[in-house]
Amino acid sequence: MSKLRDRFKPTVSGQRRFGKRVRYIIALLAIFYSLFPALWVTSASFDPTGSLATTQLIPRHASLNNFRELFADPINPFLTWLLNSIKISSIVAFLSVFILALSAYAFSRFRFRFRRSLLLGVFLVQVFPSSLTIVGLFLLVQQIGRYFPTFGLNSHGGLILVYLGWVMGINVWLMKGFFDSVPREIDESAMVDGATHWQIFWNLILPLVRPILAVVAVLSFIGTFNDFLLARTILQSTEEFTLMVGLYLFVDQQFAQNWGVFAAGAVIASVPIVLVYLLLQDQIVSGLTTGAVKG
Amino acid sequence: MSTVETRARGFIMPLAQMSGNIPRLALRLIGLALLDAFAVWFLYLLIRDGVWPLVVIITIVTLGLNIINLREDLFPLRWLSPGLTLLIMMALYPIIFTIYTAFTNYSDGHLLTKLQVIHLLAKEHYLPEGAQTYSWVAYRGSQGDYILWLTSKDGENLLAVQGEPVKAVSPDEDEFGPLDEEGIPVSFEGYRRLTRIDAVKYISELGKIEFGEEPNTIKISSLDAAAQYQQRYVYDDDLDAIIDRAKEIVYSADNVNGAFTSSEGASLLPGYQVPTGLKNFKRLFTSPALRGPFAMVFMWTVAFAFFSVATTFALGLFLALIFDDPQLKGRKIIRSLLIIPYAIPGVIGILIWRGMLNPHLGVVSTTMKDIIGWAPPWLSNAWWSKIAILLVNLWLGYPYMMLITSGALQAIPHDLYEAARVDGATAWQRFWNITLPLLLVSVGPLLIASFTFNFNNFNVIYLFNEGGPPIPATPTPAGHTDILISYTYRLAFAGHRGSDYGYAAAITIVIFLLVSLITIFNFRYTRIWEEISESV
Repeated sequence: MSKLRDRFKPTVSGQRRFGKRVRYIIALLAIFYSLFPALWVTSASFDPTGSLATTQLIPRHASLNNFRELFADPINPFLTWLLNSIKISSIVAFLSVFILALSAYAFSRFRFRFRRSLLLGVFLVQVFPSSLTIVGLFLLVQQIGRYFPTFGLNSHGGLILVYLGWVMGINVWLMKGFFDSVPREIDESAMVDGATHWQIFWNLILPLVRPILAVVAVLSFIGTFNDFLLARTILQSTEEFTLMVGLYLFVDQQFAQNWGVFAAGAVIASVPIVLVYLLLQDQIVSGLTTGAVKG
Repeated sequence: MSTVETRARGFIMPLAQMSGNIPRLALRLIGLALLDAFAVWFLYLLIRDGVWPLVVIITIVTLGLNIINLREDLFPLRWLSPGLTLLIMMALYPIIFTIYTAFTNYSDGHLLTKLQVIHLLAKEHYLPEGAQTYSWVAYRGSQGDYILWLTSKDGENLLAVQGEPVKAVSPDEDEFGPLDEEGIPVSFEGYRRLTRIDAVKYISELGKIEFGEEPNTIKISSLDAAAQYQQRYVYDDDLDAIIDRAKEIVYSADNVNGAFTSSEGASLLPGYQVPTGLKNFKRLFTSPALRGPFAMVFMWTVAFAFFSVATTFALGLFLALIFDDPQLKGRKIIRSLLIIPYAIPGVIGILIWRGMLNPHLGVVSTTMKDIIGWAPPWLSNAWWSKIAILLVNLWLGYPYMMLITSGALQAIPHDLYEAARVDGATAWQRFWNITLPLLLVSVGPLLIASFTFNFNNFNVIYLFNEGGPPIPATPTPAGHTDILISYTYRLAFAGHRGSDYGYAAAITIVIFLLVSLITIFNFRYTRIWEEISESV
């Protein structure tokens, strides 16, 4: 047996050494493929000519013209879009975490009628992507808006409600898993001391699961920030647009001419998100394997 | 009421237990009362307008919230109530409402319910022949509101204050103060009398105001005259018809097509929603003009989803295999750089590619022209556009596949490879006979989920080329790269011939059924459902 293995050894390590070089070449090619669009748009953002045609990978006279124009354009208020997006995403992230934590606590700590069917039902609903209900959502928001314009079409209130409807889903399962991992002895001893469920939830459990709450909040923020379809369907006027809708409609009007300014906007919008992704990549990977697909 | 009784009815916890919680209980009941008051008021508005689907769902949700807040044994559900309420209202209800819409004529021109149309038409007024006309003087208040002083030909006076019934007055009364030579009050407290020049300035604003109360209102018709208008369209309950009093035409309700129609076939605008049964589905499957584009869109949807999963999985797996070696230096950095496409916001990534593949100016096209003297028409040719979309989606999707497969690869036991090596299996054989089968077992469900995701991947289709290039000569707009969801979106929101929500909803239901089928297959095949059910 050992003889056999010895005979194979040189070839294996030889393969490895040769393999290593090939691997690094493939790595370089793959990284080029992965990074090129990002590099290209970054260089376009510093290219003063600002059009699609003249973009070179290293602009000859780098300047901040595009960025200046981006913030100065009164017809396409980039800053308003950015603030709209940040506002909507923050509210959604905060409320989602709150709603999810309450639900996860109930599913984790209580045993009650319908518990099982509710958990399974929540799992089933999230099988259907929210994009499938845009017709129904649009008409619902339109109807609500006839009575309460704050939550109607072209309102941030309406859009936030729409996002919150899809909070309960696989996230409840993820969060419940984390709540389950907090030992029950903790709440039992508190219960003996006369603590209410609310006190246990608020003072004991929440501080323990704070890291996962933060991750869920950040991911929810990014998901909302990146959404296009729902925001495009609900919002109608330039002043109310989110960043993704505004940027798309801006570049869509005059694709080639607006390219440089769009590139500047794209860089500003992407850099923070990419950094957060890279920082959280381990958590994201572990979340992925439970079945969530990027939306 | 004794404690025993209370408990027997199951509503409120025993009094002894309750005493410590009275403030919280009170708070909850007050909150519930406020919620109920709001719900009742909203329901009143909805019933008035005949918005029945919303009436049903709001009644159910409100009753549910009351029950779980009043019954002590359901207290865990209180923790779930914010999430469940939102889930029911904003996710389940739209699904159900989409299904309902598919069986109606809901579209531009049929957006309102019958009652809403009746209310809307009731707001139109006309000037009856021989109606009394008045000369007028207006007074403007500080908030831009108005008072009208009207004088008829016979010298009678009327005072019209906005939002109050018009009343006959006599200028001699003390409250009007000093009068000018024509017997018109010089001013009212807080109001400024408009001169003729002022009146010209405000005439368009004034002309829109209806003074007095329904059904008899006074409106200004010109600089010199105001007149008593009458409601033009009156709904008659017994006839189920709207009577146009100006032209004396009866418009009977046509509850099949959803419009009030005269005997000569003229219809009042707008029409209203009516159930139309299977009409939308019949159009989808039998109308030759619609069936053609639908079939093309359907086939491309399946092909797009399939090739998207296949290409991203192949590339993702290839990269995962190559960098699976723990001894490889810089593995972590390589992985971080390779997941960049996944981290960039999808909308932006797609738009960058749209720029790079621009046939005239894009960097990919110009580089290809420099090297081989030719670049494909990425946006204008049906086939090249499809290929371009798959290429873009490959870039967007391979990091996800790489991440999930490299996770799954580590879970494959190493002695299997050792044993195979001992048996003299080549690397190629090891891959096909060990790695791939085992991998498919663990990531299979994710691949199917990814298929459903791409089946509805609106963004890449719409943002890259808006579904184009267009399929020529179709009655509804459709493009060669449209998938079902983007086709639905066009029908509902971007059609140049008006929005047809009913038809769009019918297509949505087709997608629903397909997604459900795939999901059922997924659960069956992979036994995920059993696993999940057990883990509850």
